Amino acid sequence: MITIKNLHATIEGKKILKGLNLEVNAGEIHAIMGPNGAGKSTLASVLAGREDYEITEGSVDFDGVDLLEMDTEERAREGLFLAFQYPIEIPGVSNINFLRTAINETREHKGQDPISAKDFMAMVREKSKLVELDPKLASRSVNEGFSGGEKKRNEIFQMAMLDPKLSILDETDSGLDIDALRVVAGGVNTLKSEKNATIVITHYQRLLDYIVPDFVHVLHDGKIVKTGPKELALDLEEKGYDWIKEEN
Amino acid sequence: MNKVADKSKAFISKLDKTSVALPKALKDKANSILASLELPTTRNEAWKYTRVAKLGKINFATSKGNISSIDSYTIDPQAPTLVFVNGYFSKSLSNNHLPEGINFTLLSDANEVNSEIPIEDEIFNALNTAHLTDGVALNIAKNTILEKPVQILHILDGQSVMSNFKTRIDAGAFAKAGIIQGYFATEASDKAFANVTTEIEVGENAHLTVDKIQFENETSFHISTEQINQSKDSTFTLNTITLNGGLVRNNLNINVNGENCNSNLNGAYILKGKQHVDNHSVVDHRVANCQSNELYKGVIDDNSTAVFNGKVFVRQDAQQINAFQSNRNVLLSDNAAVNSKPELEIYADDVKCSHGSTTGQLDEDAIFYLRARGLSLKAARQLLVSAFITDVLDKIENLQVKTFTFSLLKERFGWEITPEDFH
Repeated sequence: MITIKNLHATIEGKKILKGLNLEVNAGEIHAIMGPNGAGKSTLASVLAGREDYEITEGSVDFDGVDLLEMDTEERAREGLFLAFQYPIEIPGVSNINFLRTAINETREHKGQDPISAKDFMAMVREKSKLVELDPKLASRSVNEGFSGGEKKRNEIFQMAMLDPKLSILDETDSGLDIDALRVVAGGVNTLKSEKNATIVITHYQRLLDYIVPDFVHVLHDGKIVKTGPKELALDLEEKGYDWIKEEN
Repeated sequence: MNKVADKSKAFISKLDKTSVALPKALKDKANSILASLELPTTRNEAWKYTRVAKLGKINFATSKGNISSIDSYTIDPQAPTLVFVNGYFSKSLSNNHLPEGINFTLLSDANEVNSEIPIEDEIFNALNTAHLTDGVALNIAKNTILEKPVQILHILDGQSVMSNFKTRIDAGAFAKAGIIQGYFATEASDKAFANVTTEIEVGENAHLTVDKIQFENETSFHISTEQINQSKDSTFTLNTITLNGGLVRNNLNINVNGENCNSNLNGAYILKGKQHVDNHSVVDHRVANCQSNELYKGVIDDNSTAVFNGKVFVRQDAQQINAFQSNRNVLLSDNAAVNSKPELEIYADDVKCSHGSTTGQLDEDAIFYLRARGLSLKAARQLLVSAFITDVLDKIENLQVKTFTFSLLKERFGWEITPEDFH
């Protein structure tokens, strides 16, 4: 699904990613954990195509295409989805109408006809149920006046609507209470299939009780320094990151 | 008149004096003001950001124009329509079956026409008075409730044409009415100048809404002055939508003369190319217990410039006034500019007033967010700009006017806005 090789990225001259390697296959869930400042959110931003970052070395193959050659919107249309750590509030822009535009631009990209209003509304009803998002919220301005939990559920709702190949959840669990976490994780698990893959970026092991990863990676100083099974997350929870830092 | 003055007035030397039956004293005064004043320069505070020297280089003429259809200028297809081409009434293009309770008189037909537009030190108002082409007086009788608005369309046609046009609206007590003013230019119109004045009396407890759409062309000049008097318990709303015009200056003066009045002034201006749009407004709260709301929003692209100067006076005895004023602008290009100057002058001590002005660019984080969902850069920008401007366009209650406005946005800016997409 995605193969990242020796990825180096800088922002304002500062090196953040320093030779990151990662391979994720269809049907898999990968967790990326690491201390603050390790480069977790940078990885998410770079994969989504944020222009503030400069890629100085390395390659990213996304299902046979060169990801780094594409604009942000092309990546999205090719099936890459980033659930934002801090979803943006956009006053005046209706959530579902912007999503209809997004879906139709993706369909056009794939040579498909626009979705009918009826099918779209049926999809909104079905997918908002998945994350227990009040349908009224779905039609309000994007994230405006949403609580922290509602914003994160809205991210997963959008993910469900867009049906991506690869989803990157950037600290989706941070700030969520246990009920909201269960709902969000439930949504992600329901959407999981043999055809898609998920990268879960998190600080806390807690999320991984609900979204069970196939692999856990530790990101430290811009590189993946340790990879293990899901139990690795428990070790990290218990022992912190210092032992990993010492190993490296 | 000395020789220098002669030369500087060359731009109006081909114009005839007005044949409208204005009082002789007023005409004489207008002529003498016109003879003594020069075109304002940017040293004049009221014209600090708007250069009008270009007008002095054109030899304007009057012309009846030649228009065969108003299809593309019809804002509300169901409304009775009065059509003026270059300031001259066109009977054949008009559909002037006005409903009961409202009548119109062409100023050129009237035995006596009054004008209360201030002309002292106001060259364009003096010009409008001395060379008044024609105009219309609309009288809305007491207690009249108009189901449909009346539409006044003014169309510029031809080269270097000047129209000095006037509209008078008198809304009687307890009347409720909507008036649409549409200002357009034909494709054949080049360097034409609409110099217009509008006088509005809003009677006791009357409700009057004026929707003004300005859609002339990139070479046109438009200078207008609106003078509004509100009597007690009245509500007046003016929606000014400026979407095309080379140089546009709107002077809006509201005198709130009676208590318990509402005044709503909404403006949207969307500029590109080298357009220059200047909105000057004065709301004068002379008496107590009134409310005014002013919201002007602009989107400024390319090399265009917008000016906003809004003044709110609250006189000494005008207690319990709520006056709100807001001007917000979005710049879409590095070469676009805004000069915004909100002003409050308050002499009463028990009032609630606020004003504010913001100018910024589109939120880059929001653009990234939308692109990360698959929207193109263009679509993301358009969506944000539309959301920005739609809240002021939402103030337009007449659905026909709103629909027409969205069709102009599509025609001129390529914006596909579905009104229900926004909140």
